[in-house]
Amino acid sequence: MFEGITNSLGDALGGLRGGRLTEGNIREGMSKVRQALLEADVNYDIATEFTDRITEQATGDKVLKSLKPEEQIVGIVYQELVQLMGPVDHEITLRRGEVTVLMMCGLQGSGKTTTCGKLAKMLRDEGAKPMLVAADLQRPAAIEQLKVIGQQIDVPVYSEDPASSSPLQVCVNGRKAANQQGRDILILDTAGRLHIDDELMRELEQIDNKLMPHQVLLVCDAMTGQDAVKSAKAFNEALEIDGVILTKLDGDTRGGAALSVKGVTGVPIKYIGVGEQLDRLERFHPERMAQRILGQGDLATLMETAARALDSEEMELQQQKMMEGKFTLDDFLKAMQQMKKMGPMKSLMKMIPGMGQIAGAMDEMGDEMDPDKDVRRVEAMIQSMTLDERQNPERIDRSRRNRIAQGSGTDPADINDLLKQFKGMSGMMQKMAGMSVKDRMREIQKVGSEAMDPAGPMRREKQRSKRGPADKNSVRDKRKQERQRAKQARKKNKRRK
Amino acid sequence: MGLFDKLKSALTKTKDVLRTDVRDLLKAGEILDEQNLEKFHRGLITTDMGVAAAGEIVDELKEKFGGRTVQPDEIWDIVKNKLKEILRGEGDCRWDITDPLSPLQMADEGLSVILVCGVNGAGKTTSIAKLASFLQKSGKTVLLAAGDTFRAAAVEQLTLWAGRLGCEIVTGEHEADPASVAYQGVDRALEAGADVAIIDTAGRLQTHQNLMQELGKIHRVIGNRLEGAPHETLLVLDATTGQNGLSQASKFSDAAGCTGIVLAKLDGTAKGGVVVAIRQQMGIPVKYVGVGEQLDDLELFSPDEFVDALFAET
Repeated sequence: MFEGITNSLGDALGGLRGGRLTEGNIREGMSKVRQALLEADVNYDIATEFTDRITEQATGDKVLKSLKPEEQIVGIVYQELVQLMGPVDHEITLRRGEVTVLMMCGLQGSGKTTTCGKLAKMLRDEGAKPMLVAADLQRPAAIEQLKVIGQQIDVPVYSEDPASSSPLQVCVNGRKAANQQGRDILILDTAGRLHIDDELMRELEQIDNKLMPHQVLLVCDAMTGQDAVKSAKAFNEALEIDGVILTKLDGDTRGGAALSVKGVTGVPIKYIGVGEQLDRLERFHPERMAQRILGQGDLATLMETAARALDSEEMELQQQKMMEGKFTLDDFLKAMQQMKKMGPMKSLMKMIPGMGQIAGAMDEMGDEMDPDKDVRRVEAMIQSMTLDERQNPERIDRSRRNRIAQGSGTDPADINDLLKQFKGMSGMMQKMAGMSVKDRMREIQKVGSEAMDPAGPMRREKQRSKRGPADKNSVRDKRKQERQRAKQARKKNKRRK
Repeated sequence: MGLFDKLKSALTKTKDVLRTDVRDLLKAGEILDEQNLEKFHRGLITTDMGVAAAGEIVDELKEKFGGRTVQPDEIWDIVKNKLKEILRGEGDCRWDITDPLSPLQMADEGLSVILVCGVNGAGKTTSIAKLASFLQKSGKTVLLAAGDTFRAAAVEQLTLWAGRLGCEIVTGEHEADPASVAYQGVDRALEAGADVAIIDTAGRLQTHQNLMQELGKIHRVIGNRLEGAPHETLLVLDATTGQNGLSQASKFSDAAGCTGIVLAKLDGTAKGGVVVAIRQQMGIPVKYVGVGEQLDDLELFSPDEFVDALFAET
């Protein structure tokens, strides 16, 4: 998402970095940015206003005559982006003795039913007691779908026979049932409808008037084009929506809707759906999104994901083991499985400052460069080892290695690589275990900066080339020459005596 | 209501948007300057036709009329002709009003297989139901295969439609391999002597490589059971989709060789203009358009009428 915008912003700002900043090249850069925004489906007026505002601020004397004008411009873009998308209030207030009602609405196929499930799961995980109401009596099997989802996330679903009920009636009875069962949040899954279908819009207004939902949330497909703001506007006029949930952001949509909705309707995006699984719903933070668009990563979200997905006790235990130098392959496997819970590696990488471009490049290379595939392979290798081998990797001899390779469908050389890497890693850990906290941090930083530096591997390659190619024959020849030289030197010395 | 009227009424909203913009700015006797062209560009972008196609049209207008006084009718003709030309392509697809099945590639004899794919929520299942009813009206016997074994209750949804249509349906277990369902569908259709088998697939985003590979497998397996099948692979595209439609068309084509597009949900205010860009850049033609929620709300696409209805006088 946003790669197109990020790249064009990068190009435009990068171009500015090159030569002297003038009003002319800022305008040129910004017109490129506008083009990219339009290609990303940002609303035409929003795109034009956005770039105009930045140009106006950036071409002022205050910026052009400052010490580092390009940094100032990045700052301006950041602020404008945040302003374009924010502010957002994610709070859902629970009142004691009262059921908080959330109504979901949207066009057909925007992902309402799935999002209902995701939201219910998120609220349930945070300690609330949600209940779902199947108010979509129109689409065949929509009730069934919600019931299945409710079962998966262990949240009750209220439904009625569509033949003898109406959406309004289901919602009213749903609230009664929620009161009786002591649930505190009620999520209404309404049928998808076109914003120009007056009859169905009236039906929504009726539910809105009767139940007085605390929040009305519009579910919107992130791939929608210029029409996105039009439907959002129409829904807002009919229902006064409180927030937008943007779905299907895991595709390669360029996210234009995300940038347009707030500007046109004044309603902020509250949540984003980033995957088909029911736990792939995130809160939307304009500041973080702006950082991501500017290619600066999003460590805050990464930390949150880690805190949610990782088992803190397990992590502490592992750390303890590392410090004592008792970290085994088994612990390594567990650590990897914990990491996997946080989501695909590539999406994690995109959140680390500076790594976004690398992840993007990996995307382009397709299957060949898939870090998740590597993780799976390493997992398979460790799982093909016996428990004893995992504890004592030095026992793995040639025949064991061949067996492990066969068992995991890999090459014996891969097993060797893994063991070597692991040895290096545990060596480093042991070294660190003996260090003071300060030294340890320094060491981590050193390793980190080497890994982060895109030129890192190239530099290492160069060092090796100084010593000449390290192949067997040349090494042998070199030694031979040295031996001969030594022999001659000895002879010389003898004669002198 | 005739075909033309229906399409026209479905597109009225679309047209209103375009026309109001254009009426405001292209008045006879005005000079076509940069500012007017910019406004015109905005109007075209709002149809989702994409920066490239809109830019091309604006450039052509600028070259022919730049700095001259405006004759709105003349300009309209140019825009319309340009769009028609792009949509019609190079004669690789036929839209014959007398034969509603004309754009479909069918087997010379025996069973024809149609594979239907698209992103989540594009309207695949509904489009399949409409298409099946369309084929039935033309006297074909149709069999459906419920290949969406992933989404909760998707099989039930298609089964309900099959019941209403009165056609046979082949289903698999929840989370069964969709390719096996497709295979069984073709198998059963051959056995029952059906004319057309329509294979549903689960909605998938085009960036999920494993799911795209799964789609490729479905495509292959169908070909293994019946040579030359599937005869038609239709991509269902939501008319509200913006420029992401291009990415959808190209990646679904890579995986399953799309031969045509069903443009669904054209009854909203969305213009579906991205099909112009898709036709221009990838050559995939639109074959049918969905203009409502009822079973008979599927229409044969026609480039001329699509463009004419877009700009027609009311």
